Amino acid sequence: MSGIFNLQQLINGIQLGSIYALIAIGYTLVYGIIKLVNFAHGDFYMLGTYAAYFAINFIMAQRGTPNVGVILLISMATGALVAFLSNRIAYRKLRYKPRLSALITAIGVSMFLEYFSSALPFIGPSYRPFPQFLSIRYFNIGTAHFTNYQLINVSIAVALMLILTYIIKYTPLGMAMRASSQDKDALRLMGIDLERIIDYTFIVGGSLAGAAGLLAGLTYPRIVPYMGIVPGLKAFIAAVLGGIGNILGAMLGGFILGIAEVVGYAINSIVGEGIAYAILIVVLIFLPQGLFGKRTGEKV
Amino acid sequence: MKEKLLTKNRLLFIYGVMLYTLIQVLYTFGVLNNYFMQIIEIALINILLAASLNIINGFTGQFSLGHGGFMAVGAYTAGVLTTLIWKLPQMSFFPKYVLFIVAVILGGVMAAIIGILLGIPTLRLRGDYLAIVTLAFQEIVKVIINATDYVGGPRGLLGIPRLSTFPIIFFFSLASLFIMKNLVYSTVGRAMKSIREDEVASELVGVNTTKYKVMAFAVGAFFAGIGGALLVHILQLAHPTMFSFTSPSIAGPLSILTMVYIGGAGSLSGSIIAAVVLTVLSELLRLGIDAINSLHFLPFAIGPEWRMVVYAVLLIVVMLYRTEGIMGQREFKILVPEEEEKNATGGA
Repeated sequence: MSGIFNLQQLINGIQLGSIYALIAIGYTLVYGIIKLVNFAHGDFYMLGTYAAYFAINFIMAQRGTPNVGVILLISMATGALVAFLSNRIAYRKLRYKPRLSALITAIGVSMFLEYFSSALPFIGPSYRPFPQFLSIRYFNIGTAHFTNYQLINVSIAVALMLILTYIIKYTPLGMAMRASSQDKDALRLMGIDLERIIDYTFIVGGSLAGAAGLLAGLTYPRIVPYMGIVPGLKAFIAAVLGGIGNILGAMLGGFILGIAEVVGYAINSIVGEGIAYAILIVVLIFLPQGLFGKRTGEKV
Repeated sequence: MKEKLLTKNRLLFIYGVMLYTLIQVLYTFGVLNNYFMQIIEIALINILLAASLNIINGFTGQFSLGHGGFMAVGAYTAGVLTTLIWKLPQMSFFPKYVLFIVAVILGGVMAAIIGILLGIPTLRLRGDYLAIVTLAFQEIVKVIINATDYVGGPRGLLGIPRLSTFPIIFFFSLASLFIMKNLVYSTVGRAMKSIREDEVASELVGVNTTKYKVMAFAVGAFFAGIGGALLVHILQLAHPTMFSFTSPSIAGPLSILTMVYIGGAGSLSGSIIAAVVLTVLSELLRLGIDAINSLHFLPFAIGPEWRMVVYAVLLIVVMLYRTEGIMGQREFKILVPEEEEKNATGGA
């Protein structure tokens, strides 16, 4: 079974898409509430990868066997912590200033996280190999195959998305988050502290980005402090494609973008690298509210 | 009213000539060596680049992150002309510099065309969406350069002659600044500022917002292209990563953006100050890092990345505590035309 689009492409696309989807959720959550494109979000993802890298190497140096669940928690905690701190230190003071100054600050935070990581002697600016701590196994379906890494990757991503959907739909926190994206004044009238909800939003978004970092490290085992920029940009495109502010849209947008990109790379590398940007421009011109978004006056 | 002999524009011209003479004299007497001259040249190019980004971001209020794309277009256009087509390195006679100036201007024109092509479809977007699209544009330029073998692909365009001499850079930088200064105080500039303040209101009073937004992109891109073209003829190398968002170069798009917002969006004077200060600071930090490394009192060598860490912290601190930048929207008095001053003081 050959050709541009086949089962193998679909599997690889879903796997790449699950990473984009996890990052895109963070963008969409934050944008939905404070209308900020958090440029540093891709760097939360990068720090999640490095946290996993150090944790795995530490455990392996103690001659232990790393447990994927523990590593996942470490990555998520790192992403959440950095997201929380950047909100508290940088974004919070700018809440009632013009929106562009928060955006520029986000670029500053992103710059800081990237260059500070590459300036630290134990991270450094060069590529590092991500440890392959599981023996690789192949599973065949027809002519296509997938590895246990891909299986872990997709199942963790789907599990996290289900948990997130549960939190958003059925818990008081999720209800407050949805409320704050709809009407902040009414939220305050109900006696809810908006700043606390924003903190939680950053924590949830950051932890998902951290998890995506681990998944990316598992499947693309070359890591560098600048690795977050391009996936961050592409995940934002996924969020726009799904309709920014819409969580389900961000997930589906991530998967669509992942599949489109894998198919694009099958054609050639320019199409593969460029397809996300082409999608962005087409979406913004013809469908600015995205696939699932509400139409608002803001974007056009 | 009597016609004044020394209008501000004439004064600016005289100051420019004086500054040029001063630097040349200091160089001739050996006070400034080649190292200092190179810093001055880079600072001049940074002034040009920061001011051109300020036209789009500061004066028209369109948040563009694609300046590196325009710089790359100008740089590669000029570089291909001088190096691959006209083969200037093999020429030894005088027209070399004439052809180089033509190449630089063509680089600017090419960037302006791309700026218009980018401006038209993206005009509907505002704020953060425009930022993302222009950032995507910058990445697309990088992808295309990487895939074009004729210009060296990911290896970069090598063997560019060192044609950016101090007089040429000085002329281009100050002439561009002068044009941009007159532009922002013209009817066009007024229209651009009205779009920044309130797009709907300016549309209502009859400003053709589409036209002026495209014009801002064209002007900004033109001067960015010139800056990029001059830059690669100093460095003798054009590389796709130089113009991407990850570039830690002092003349990379991130540095230029930092300069615009630290100096003050909507102030050419602010861009001049920030470009000079950050270029000098960058050299001082580089020397400082070398000094620390040569003392060996740290158990490891510290890298050049610390420079960008300082920039990032500066940008965040300025945004948090002085959101409008050093100069806000104010200008040096010498840059403000006489008519404008009268308006400000109530038309005396």
